[in-house]
Amino acid sequence: MSLDYTAAEMMTVTAARALENGTTCFVGIGLPSEAANLARLTHAPDVVLIYESGTLQTQPNVLPLSIGDGELCETALTTVSVPEMFRYWLQGGHVDVGFLGTAQIDRYCNLNTTLIGDYREPKVRLPGGGGAPEIATNAGEVFITVKHSKRTFVEAVDFVTTVGFGRDGTARDGVPHIGRGPTRVITDLCVMKPDPETKELVVVSLHPGVTAEQVQEATGWAIRFAERLETTPEPGAEELEVLRELKARTARHHAGNETGENA
Amino acid sequence: MAEFLSLHDAVARYVEDGATLAMEGFTHLIPFAAGHEIIRQGRRELTLIRMTPDLIFDQMIGAGCARRLIFSWGGNPGVGSLHRLRDAVEKGYPRPLEIFEHSHAAMACAFEAGAAGLPLAVLRGYVGSDLPKVNPQIKFIECPFTGERLAAVPAVRPDVGIVHAQKADRAGNVLVEGIIGVQKEVVLAARHSIVTVEEVVDELQAGPNACVIPGWAIDAITVAEQGAYPSYAHGYYPRDNAFYKAWDEIARDREAFAAWLEEHVYHAGGAA
Repeated sequence: MSLDYTAAEMMTVTAARALENGTTCFVGIGLPSEAANLARLTHAPDVVLIYESGTLQTQPNVLPLSIGDGELCETALTTVSVPEMFRYWLQGGHVDVGFLGTAQIDRYCNLNTTLIGDYREPKVRLPGGGGAPEIATNAGEVFITVKHSKRTFVEAVDFVTTVGFGRDGTARDGVPHIGRGPTRVITDLCVMKPDPETKELVVVSLHPGVTAEQVQEATGWAIRFAERLETTPEPGAEELEVLRELKARTARHHAGNETGENA
Repeated sequence: MAEFLSLHDAVARYVEDGATLAMEGFTHLIPFAAGHEIIRQGRRELTLIRMTPDLIFDQMIGAGCARRLIFSWGGNPGVGSLHRLRDAVEKGYPRPLEIFEHSHAAMACAFEAGAAGLPLAVLRGYVGSDLPKVNPQIKFIECPFTGERLAAVPAVRPDVGIVHAQKADRAGNVLVEGIIGVQKEVVLAARHSIVTVEEVVDELQAGPNACVIPGWAIDAITVAEQGAYPSYAHGYYPRDNAFYKAWDEIARDREAFAAWLEEHVYHAGGAA
């Protein structure tokens, strides 16, 4: 039996499934946070979620709008200072997975969240790196989740804010104390993994109903496909129910806040 | 020794034109009331330092207070862009803004180094990033013991550091609770510090390991109720997410922003 679900739900559920129970995960805001919390509420109750605002082992009941929402602190095991978070917990080697989003990504998983155009004369100024540059190098490995489009999946990123494997795929070679880097990219169309040798992204799994042509059409370079291309398993009924309830609860919470404070 | 001053007097005494000014609070406890007072007093040519510029620096940049910005993530959290910041960087409006851009890890380390009285911070950072190409404040050094290549950034030692906290006691000792960000580091790194608080109490009732900043390490304490609004003060009031969303439209348009500033900052005595 096939369930009704959206491409966005397919992406979130697939990203959530990538997180194993017991993993310690440094979570980016937005899609990564949604997926990480879905994992915690389904197959991975013992996943440890860390946000850069200093909240350690947090269990938010609703998704935070910002990286420093009070909800994250109130439901955390403890809250540490931001220097302690980055120095002891991240740089100190206590994070298994960094879970990131991005504005642009290239074939070597380099991420750009800084700007479109030239640095001194930007066409569009984006927020910048935040925690990502060091999450990507100091976490054991990195998962990336982002909606698939030609605007995002580009031949060459305008700026390497956060390194994947560098412009030629070799940026991590010979660097001591560096994480494995991106190990999977999950979009609303497919799952990609870096080639073990060249580090170039390869499509390993298409979501149900998605064609290779669709993925190519939404990618700014000639994307490679694995010889044994798989079909991503569909979301389960429980995952969809938990995700929808989480999102509804979140919407109610933030709406409630708004009414309360305007009154 | 902390002196209890009005917000007006604290800003007038310590924040001079051309100063380097760090105002912190990681999404939480952002000192908006102090930022508005700086705008009202017409300070100019400031070097503004914050990990996340947030709406407070968007407002100060839009009002023309800033010449330079040191930061690590310049968005409207959970919403999108900071349009006044973008207008200054992309179009030089209302005046050009020089930017020094870091990562969070580097900024956090730089505040910590400032508090520790060191000239620089060292971290395992910026590997493979283009940020060192565009920010001359990012260098690499070799560890004298292991030979490992490490990133180095200058310590943040601002002329003035301003933070907001929940409460002070009558001796000016301050208790910070919840997401504490780099609050303590900013106060200790700065030559002069101003702490705005929600209230003054007889007893802080702080646990033995609470984040308490002694009054003798602070220059000025100012009572500013709702002084972190529209960000939040843990235990006092929540973040006004609706305002953060509404800000997107206000800040997108130069005239709408000017009108907002007129009504909510220039013609308001305190926190808007």
